[in-house]
Amino acid sequence: MDVGEEVRRVYRESIGVLSVSLLGGLFAGGVLGSEPMRAAFRQYPGLLLLLPAFLATRGNVYGAFGARLSSGLHQGLIEPELAYDERLANAVVASFLNGIGVSVLIGALSWGVLRALGRESARLVELVGITLVAGLLTSVVLVVGLLLLVFGSYESGMDPDNLVGPIVTTLGDVFGVVFLYVAVVVVGVVL
Amino acid sequence: MTDLGSWQTRSIVATMFPLLVVLSVLEMGSGFVLESLEETYLDNPTLLVLVPVMIGMGGNLGAIFSARLSTRLHLGTLSFDLRDEALWANVAAVLLLAATVFSALGVAAWAVGRTVAEPMPLAELFVISVVSGLLLAALAVVISVAATYVSYRRGLDPDDTTIPVVTNVCDILGVVVLSLVATAVL
Repeated sequence: MDVGEEVRRVYRESIGVLSVSLLGGLFAGGVLGSEPMRAAFRQYPGLLLLLPAFLATRGNVYGAFGARLSSGLHQGLIEPELAYDERLANAVVASFLNGIGVSVLIGALSWGVLRALGRESARLVELVGITLVAGLLTSVVLVVGLLLLVFGSYESGMDPDNLVGPIVTTLGDVFGVVFLYVAVVVVGVVL
Repeated sequence: MTDLGSWQTRSIVATMFPLLVVLSVLEMGSGFVLESLEETYLDNPTLLVLVPVMIGMGGNLGAIFSARLSTRLHLGTLSFDLRDEALWANVAAVLLLAATVFSALGVAAWAVGRTVAEPMPLAELFVISVVSGLLLAALAVVISVAATYVSYRRGLDPDDTTIPVVTNVCDILGVVVLSLVATAVL
């Protein structure tokens, strides 16, 4: 085999997707590094601790939802239409339960870890409030975004299997971090 | 009445939620490193700009590499032989991809960092980004090969096992590798 040719082929097939994911991550990073977000990290000890779990679980919950939509279309189990369908509705509800449930858990875990180590932490209600609001908003955007993008790409003849991964990472990073900030503001006003 | 099979809400949640719990607990390790180095990150906000890409990109590289290993395993063309040229071609491609992406990240994060805070020197940021990125890619390769080998020995389908394991382990290691490299460089 020609090793050089194989290297170039693998590189060409992947670089586009990785670049899109890089752009999303950079935007999210810009938000994280901004002055208001740094102030939030100082104000709510535990927020930095929960950040990796919050961002990484987005990929798992909505990656699984996207993959399910994609294989459902390929198997003819669901139609690419935004009309009521029992299977589709169940999958959407399950994603909300998983996404919001795990967000709340992450807020509580973060509080518990700091408590167990005897370190300073924000109040439980603050950390859980932030992850609940951020988890809820991210779920809505990712579920709706995936439905539109996966159905749209399927109808225009593309294989959604190749798109789900990058869509989820990019939307998850961008909206995950933005909504984390929105949630900090909301919790700051309400609590 | 349609046969819902695996499309029941209860069955989706029951399959997925326990995994999410385990994963969240593991990710706390990654978060603990961030929280412990809070002062370093908050004093150098440009480093925070790297964080989301470091969390996601290791998993992306690991997923690309292990999907290829997995396909070759299914086709029966995979050998765990160090003289296997296709294996090395994939390793080279992943390392090149990492070099490209993390070089771009170093420069772009510096530019983004300038807009949000007092900037860090470009050279330092570039070295931190590229060294962490290449280390992460090397780890992704080793973990993918190990995970594929284990699923192969146990007769498991690597599509169901390797890719999620590799993606999540690499995601967790991203912040750890970045923090180690940043501490060494700064």
